[in-house]
Amino acid sequence: MDRSAVDRVPVFGRCLRISGAFFLFALIAIGSVNPFAGIANAAETRTVDFVNDIRPILGKCVACHGGVKKNADLSMLTRERLLAPTEYGEPAVVVGDASASRLIERIVSDDPDERMPPEEPLEPEEIATLKAWIDQGLPWPTHWSYELPAAEKWTGDASGQKGQGYSVDFFVHRQLAELKIAPSEAADRRTLIRRLSLDLTGLLPTVVETEAFVNDQRPDAYTQLVDRLLASPHHGERWARHWLDEARYADSEGYEKDSPKNDAYRFRDWVIQSINKDMPFDEFTIAQIAGDLLPDRTDDHLIATKFHLQTQFNLEGGVDAEEDRTKRVIDRISTIGTVWLAATIGCCQCHDHPYDPISGNDFYAMYAFFDNVDFAAKLLDSQSKDAEAHRKERKEKMATLTENIKKQYSNKSLSNTVQAQLTNLRTFDNQKGFVRYLEERTEDRRTTYKFRRGNFLQLMVEDGAILPNTPAILPPVTARGEVPDRLDLAHWLVAPDNPLVASVTVNKIWMHLFGQPLAGAPVDYGSKGEAASNPELLDWLAYWFVHEGGWSRKALIRLIVDSDTYRQSSTIRTELAESDPNNKLLARQNRFRVEGEILRDIALQTAGQLSRKIGGPSVFPPLPAIIVQQTYAGSFKYKASEGDGRYRRGLYTFFRRTAIDPNLSTFDCPDSSMTKPQRSRSNNATQALALLQNEVFHEAAQGFARRLLELSLVGGLSDGERLRQGYLIAIGREPEEAEIALLEGLLLEARNFYKDHPDDAVKLTGPHQVDDIAPAENAAWVATTRVIMNMDEFVTRN
Amino acid sequence: MNPIDVTRREFFTTAAGGLGGVALTALLDQSGAFAAGKTTRAAGAVVNPQASRPGHFPAKAKSCIFIFFAGAPSQLDLFNYRPELQKLDGQKMPESLSEGVRFAFIQKDTATLMGSRRKFSQHGQSGMWFSDLLPHTATCADDICMINTMQSDQFNHHPGQLLMQCGQARFGLPSMGSWLSYGLGSENRNLPSYVVLTSGRGSSGGATLWSSGYLPSIHAGVLLRSEGPPILDLENPAGLPKSLQRKGLDVLRELNQRNFEQVHDPEISSRIANYELAYRMQSEAPELTDLSGETQQTLKDYGVNRSEPEKSVGRSGTGEQFKSFATNCLLARRMVESGVRFVNIIFASWDHHSNMDDGLNYNATMVDQPIAALIKDLKQRGLLDETLIVCGGEFGRTPLGENRPGYEKVSGRDHHPNAFSMFMAGGGVQGGYTHGETDAIGWGPVRDAVHINDLQATMLKLFGVDHLKLTYPYLGVDLRLTNITRESSVIDALIA
Repeated sequence: MDRSAVDRVPVFGRCLRISGAFFLFALIAIGSVNPFAGIANAAETRTVDFVNDIRPILGKCVACHGGVKKNADLSMLTRERLLAPTEYGEPAVVVGDASASRLIERIVSDDPDERMPPEEPLEPEEIATLKAWIDQGLPWPTHWSYELPAAEKWTGDASGQKGQGYSVDFFVHRQLAELKIAPSEAADRRTLIRRLSLDLTGLLPTVVETEAFVNDQRPDAYTQLVDRLLASPHHGERWARHWLDEARYADSEGYEKDSPKNDAYRFRDWVIQSINKDMPFDEFTIAQIAGDLLPDRTDDHLIATKFHLQTQFNLEGGVDAEEDRTKRVIDRISTIGTVWLAATIGCCQCHDHPYDPISGNDFYAMYAFFDNVDFAAKLLDSQSKDAEAHRKERKEKMATLTENIKKQYSNKSLSNTVQAQLTNLRTFDNQKGFVRYLEERTEDRRTTYKFRRGNFLQLMVEDGAILPNTPAILPPVTARGEVPDRLDLAHWLVAPDNPLVASVTVNKIWMHLFGQPLAGAPVDYGSKGEAASNPELLDWLAYWFVHEGGWSRKALIRLIVDSDTYRQSSTIRTELAESDPNNKLLARQNRFRVEGEILRDIALQTAGQLSRKIGGPSVFPPLPAIIVQQTYAGSFKYKASEGDGRYRRGLYTFFRRTAIDPNLSTFDCPDSSMTKPQRSRSNNATQALALLQNEVFHEAAQGFARRLLELSLVGGLSDGERLRQGYLIAIGREPEEAEIALLEGLLLEARNFYKDHPDDAVKLTGPHQVDDIAPAENAAWVATTRVIMNMDEFVTRN
Repeated sequence: MNPIDVTRREFFTTAAGGLGGVALTALLDQSGAFAAGKTTRAAGAVVNPQASRPGHFPAKAKSCIFIFFAGAPSQLDLFNYRPELQKLDGQKMPESLSEGVRFAFIQKDTATLMGSRRKFSQHGQSGMWFSDLLPHTATCADDICMINTMQSDQFNHHPGQLLMQCGQARFGLPSMGSWLSYGLGSENRNLPSYVVLTSGRGSSGGATLWSSGYLPSIHAGVLLRSEGPPILDLENPAGLPKSLQRKGLDVLRELNQRNFEQVHDPEISSRIANYELAYRMQSEAPELTDLSGETQQTLKDYGVNRSEPEKSVGRSGTGEQFKSFATNCLLARRMVESGVRFVNIIFASWDHHSNMDDGLNYNATMVDQPIAALIKDLKQRGLLDETLIVCGGEFGRTPLGENRPGYEKVSGRDHHPNAFSMFMAGGGVQGGYTHGETDAIGWGPVRDAVHINDLQATMLKLFGVDHLKLTYPYLGVDLRLTNITRESSVIDALIA
C-alpha cells in the first residue's frame, strides 16, 4: 500500500491535525500490511510531515532529552527548546543544515560511546527523514489540539440542520464514502427507543412507551421521543453521574478515617438540577470554578464550588495540615487540567511535563489560582432553633484554628493541634448540618512559590513569587484586576478562543452516546493522546456547541442523536472486523454493557421495585458485612436503609471511598480517588456471580417473577404469553419461538423440582411470594426470571 | 495480547477502546465447553488477559505471598538489634540526627531514646538476629533474607501503605498484585489471579490497597473470606439447587449464543465464557478454603486451633484473631498450590504509639508460628523456591519513645520511615543473609539503603519482570509500579 491511499482520505483545512494514529488507522482500514512501506524511500525528496514522520522518531529521544531529564541540557519537546544552547554551547541543530547539526553527527557516529540513541541506533530511513526535516527548515506545527480552526472555516450552513450543510452525517458519510464503505441500516424502533432511553435517562422504556413509539405514525415521532426523554427529570440523574465521575464525587473524606460528609449530596443535587434545566456549559463551568467570586452569588453558586471539595481530606492523626492542604490544591489543579483541558498538568508539580509543552512554571501559576482558597460553611435552609448558636460556635472554632494555622508556620509543634482542631471542625460541621463550600481568603493571603521536586517544605523562594496564570501554550487569560483570579480563570476556560474546552467537552458527550470518544483519549489531548478519527467532525461539533448551540448540552445531544449515524444498527459488520475492529469509522453504532449504577436501576425497574424519587441525601442499600469491615478499624457503622431507601437509583448509594458497594466497583464504577472521565468496561466472571447471586439482583429477579405472575392471576396466561411479557419488559422486543421454548424448558424443570421441595421454593421466592400462587409455581418463575435478567441483551445497550 | 511486549496501539484497541475486558473464550474452547467450530468470532479480537505468559527474563518466583503488617511494627523490638540503643535508654538524641526531621506525634524538645526491652539472639548459620518475640520465625533464619535498611518517603499510614502496595503515595494506582496479574496472568483458570485475605480490623488503606487502579478491573485483588463462602456472591441463592443453576446457565448460554450469531459481538462470547467460569468457581473456590483435607499435624503446625490469649490487646478486636491469621497463612499455601499469582495477607494493628510491649507481644505471638509454619510447609512441598514470601509494614518506628502530649508515660514509638526492617523468604532470594546496616541507634542506614521502590523492582525481577518495561499508558504517561520520577534499582544482593 502506498501513500496515495492515504492522500485519498478526505481532508480539507488542517491536514496537519490528522495524527499519526489516524494515519496508521486509515492505512489499516484499507488493508495495508505494512503501514510504513513507501514512506522511507520518499523521505529525502518529499516534504517531511512532522506528526507522522518526525514525532515517532523524537519519541525515542525524549526519555533522556525531554521534560524530566534534559541530558546535556538538550530537550526535544519543543522547537524552541531544541534550538536552545546545550551544554556544548551551541544548539544541537542548525536550521536548514543537517550536515552541520551536532544532533545528526551524534546519531550517525560509528563510535558506540558517541552514538545516539545509545541502545538501538536509528534506522537509515529514520536518519534520512531527520536530515530532510532539518534541511527543510525544521517545521514544527502546533499540536492538533492547541490550535482552534478559524470560525470562518465553517462557511455555508453550519446550523446542523439535517440534510443541509454540515452535520454529523456529512462528516461521517464523507469519510465512509472515500473508503467505499456503506453506513449501516437504521436500527429498528424497539432498539432505538431502548438505546435512547438508556443513553438519555439511564432507564428502560416501559412496554407502553415502546409500543406507542413503534406505532407512532407521525413523521417527527423520533424527535418527539428525544424531546420527551430530554425533558425527563431522569435525564439529569443520568448525565449527572457522568459528571460526578469527573468530579470524583464521594460521600466521605477519603484516606484512613474516611469520615462521612453529610452535605456532599447537595453538590449531586445541584448537578442534577443544572442538567435538567439545561444550564449552559459555560455557566456550569464558571459556577463550579469560581461561583463564590460571582458578584451576585447565590447559595447555589456556593454549592457548585463543592466540585473542589470532592478532593480527599486526610484527617489521620499526625498529618501535617499544611502538607495536606497543598495536596488538595494540587489535586484541584490536576483535576481541572484533566476535566476541562484534557491535559496532564499534574505531572508538572515535580518537573516539566515529560512529553508536552507544559512546564513546572505553568503548573505553579495554575496552583496560585487556588492557593488562597479555604473551605467555608453555611447553614442553609436550616430550621433548627439552635442555628444561631451553631453559627457562633463555628465562628469561634474557626477563629482559633486560623490563629493556630498562622502560628504553625513558625512553630511546627502546633501541627498536631491544628490537625486535631481541623478534624474537630470537620466533624462539627458534619454533625450540625453545615454545608461546606469554597471561599477565597481576603486576609493573610499566601504567597505562592514553586516546590522543589514537589516537596511542600522546600519552597523555591529564590525563584520569586508565582502569580496566577494560565499555561503559556494556550491563549492568555484576561484579568479583571491587576492579577487574574479564579473567576478570570473560569472565564478563560470558556472563552471562545480556548481551543480545548469545547472540543474536550463534546468529545465526552459523544462518548456517552456512542460508548467511545471521537478523539481516542478524552483525558489526554497532549502529544500522546490520539487525535480524532474524524478530526473535522470533532472540530465542527466543538464550533457548533459554542456558536450555534450556545453551550447547551441538551441541544448538542439532540443534534447527535438525531443523526443517521447515531441511529444505525449496532450489529457487528464482520466484513469490517479486520480493517476497523474498533469502529472508528462509525459505520455502525456500538453495543456495550451499561454501567454499574444503570444495571442496578434497570434491574430494579424490571422488578417493579425502583423508587423514582429524584435527589436528596444518599441512601444505604444492603452492603455485605465484609465490605463494611474493611473500613479503618471497622469504623463504618452501616445501617441499611429501609423502605424506599433500599430501592433508589444507583447514583444515590452512599459512596464511602474505603467501602465501595461491590455492585458498583465490580462493574467498573470509579473509586472516586481521582477524576475519571472515561470508565473502563470490563467483562468478567465476578460480574456473572454478582448478577446471578447478589442480594440486590436476586431480589430483583424475585420482584420480576412477582410482576409477571400478577399480570393475570385469575384465568391465567399461558406460560408462553407470560414469558413474552417478560421479554417485552426486560429486553424490549418480541421473543422468538425458540427462545420461548428454551425458557419453558427451564420453567418445567424448576416446577418439577420445587413440587418436591416446598421449603426450597419458599426460600427462593423470599419476601416476594405472590398471594394465591403456590410456592412451587412462584419459585419456578424466579428460577426463570433470573436467567432473563442475566441475558447479554438485558445488560447491554445496543 | 501480552503486556510484556505489548504495543501502545494494542493498548488503545483493547484497554480503552471498548473490548477491554476480558475475554475468556479461548480458555473455554480449551476446556471443551463449546463444541468446536460452533463459535465464529472476529479474528484476533478475543484474548484471555489471565492466561499465563512469560516475563522479560527467566523467573525464579511464580507466586508471591505478601504478609502486610499494616500500621508499622517496631523493627527495633523484632529484627534490628541495636545494643547501643539499649545503653542510651532515657537519653536525649543527638540534635544532628533529628535536625529537619518530621514526626507524627513526638515532641522533639523533650523526647528521649527508648531501648528495646526485648532479648535478642542469633540464629542459623549466618547468625541472623531476632528478638525473643519471634522464636518460630527465627528457626527459618537460613531461608530468610532480612533487610534492615528499608526506607520510605511517607510517614502517615495511608500514604505509606499506598507506597508499599502500589509504588507511590497516590490514589488510583494498581497494586503490586495487579501488576503481576496484568504482566504474567494466572496459572489457574478457575480462580482469580490476585486474592486478598484480611485478619482483624480494617487497615488504613482499606480496599485502595488492592485496587487495580488504571489497569482493567480483572486485575484487582479479590477479597476472600476465610469463613463461609470465600468469594462474594459465590453461593447460589437460597433454595436454588445446583441442578437448576446448571439448567439455567445452559438456557442462558443458548439464548446468548443465538444473539451472538445475529450480532457477532465478541463481548457476547466473553460473557458466555464468564458465566461458565463463574460456575466452575462456585465449586472450586469453596474447595480452596475447605481445610478438612489438611492433616491434624498441619493444622497444629500453623496454629489454626491455638487458644486465643485471654486478654485481647490493643484495638485488634474482632475476636478469633489467632485462628484467623493462622488460617489465612494456610489458605495462602493452598492458593499458591492452586496457581494463584499473588496472595496478600493483611493484618492491621501494629501502630504501637503506646502500650507497645503488650501489643507487640500479642501480635508477634499471633504471627510468629503461622509464618514459620508457612515457610517450612512450602519448603517441604518443594514450593518454597518458586514462592516469594514478603513480610513487613509500611514504615518503621522511632528509636525515640513517644511522648505525645496527654500520654501518661512513654510506652510506644512514633512513625519512622528513615530505616525499618522487612524480610523475605523463598522465590529466589538469598537465604541466611542480612542486608544493610543502620547506625548504632537504628536511626538511619549507614550502608545499603533500600527504598520501597527498590524492593519492588527487585521483587519484579524475581518474577522475571523488568520494572522499567512493564508499563501502561495512562493520562499521557507510560506508568509502571515504580515511580517514574525516581531512579529505582534492583538490589542484586538480595537475589540468590
